[in-house]
Amino acid sequence: MSARDYKAAYGQRDWSSHPGYIDEGYKSTRLRGVDQALVEVSTTLAEDTGPVFGAEHVGPLDSDLTKNGQVNGEPLGERIIVTGRVLDEHGNPVPNTLIEVWQANAAGRYVHKRDQHDAPLDPNFQGSGRCVTDSEGRYKFYTIKPGAYPWGNHPNAWRPNHIHFSLFGPTIRTRLVTQMYFPGDPLLDLDPIYKGIPETARSRLVSTFSIDVTEENFALGYIFDIVLRGPNATPLEG
Amino acid sequence: MADNKLKETPSQTVGPYFAYGLTPRQYGYPLPPITSGKLASDKTKGDYIEIVGQVFDGAGNTVDDAMIEIWQANSSGRFAHPADQREERALDPEFNGFGRMGTGTLPGNHFQFETIKPGSIEDGHAPFINVIVFMRGLLIHSYTRLYFEDEAAANAQDPILNQVPEGRRHTLVAKRVDSPYGVRYRFDIRMQGDNATVFFDY
Repeated sequence: MSARDYKAAYGQRDWSSHPGYIDEGYKSTRLRGVDQALVEVSTTLAEDTGPVFGAEHVGPLDSDLTKNGQVNGEPLGERIIVTGRVLDEHGNPVPNTLIEVWQANAAGRYVHKRDQHDAPLDPNFQGSGRCVTDSEGRYKFYTIKPGAYPWGNHPNAWRPNHIHFSLFGPTIRTRLVTQMYFPGDPLLDLDPIYKGIPETARSRLVSTFSIDVTEENFALGYIFDIVLRGPNATPLEG
Repeated sequence: MADNKLKETPSQTVGPYFAYGLTPRQYGYPLPPITSGKLASDKTKGDYIEIVGQVFDGAGNTVDDAMIEIWQANSSGRFAHPADQREERALDPEFNGFGRMGTGTLPGNHFQFETIKPGSIEDGHAPFINVIVFMRGLLIHSYTRLYFEDEAAANAQDPILNQVPEGRRHTLVAKRVDSPYGVRYRFDIRMQGDNATVFFDY
């Protein structure tokens, strides 16, 4: 079998769903975004495979960010639940795939040493975790609603509340790093990172409030479903 | 393809503060890591190599908050993945082929991987490693490939490399540096300009 005969299991990225590399509003893209045309080549088995991470890579508290950073008490802020399904483009669940998350605390401060924002750290909140989807592609995190924080992109620039997500899916071509936002956030329409996404695709990153997911006397619930690139419809030859 | 296909969730930048979630041990944060820059142990089969490099922005400055992931075959050319069922190529229980490292901890903003040289994945293909680049200011990750300078004959035949414009192929070839401590390959990643690294539309 030659490379040109290899039947790729996964198709190309749907570029109408993704931001471009250079974005006039997002300053850092000017020197960092890819500025040459991407090169189209055949794919190989190397691109239709990828790292396999299962439940054995996740510890018992990894998906509960309200507990996994505790030192001497509960973290401050509004407890929330974030849950949803990971699906492929055909609507099939993506089971047993690793999701990594990280976020600011309730005050809008990241644990990262480089974050110099003058808002308090929370000694009981680390802000990172992970989980693995179940057989139906479901995942669930407990966390604290992240605060908004300022950044240097333009005068009086503030990032909307968001949680960073990193997903693998079945192959390196399904890899996705993204951010989940919250419904009704007035900062969304002012945020060049969010607005870098084609207009028709932006709302896919905004979670939905759900009273059904909300746990009485405990935490508000948000649903965020994620769609990864799907396998080609044509079955592969054996 | 049916019209009722779901649409992909859009990509967003990894941002500047990924380390305590994605590369925690490298940066001194408590979450246990899922991987690191060290893919190979003493027990891993194959030729031990190091890969080092820097990421350069369009002004020629090194990037100190990029994250690099690599994905490669083992020394038999087999991927540790259920889609690779080629039993004639042995799996290596000491090697899963995936590594990840940020550019914020080593002097000069280097990334460094300790791995083994992959075997050819099929006849006629030169050994290579898939490389994925993430950073603040990059709204969607970029895919490239690392080939090896000391595989010149295989590289000349490689069917993928031959689909890359000839004048740009050199950007994918890591330079070999021999030292008393072993073989090291230098692979710099240039985001922009005439000498930019080739990125693929995977």
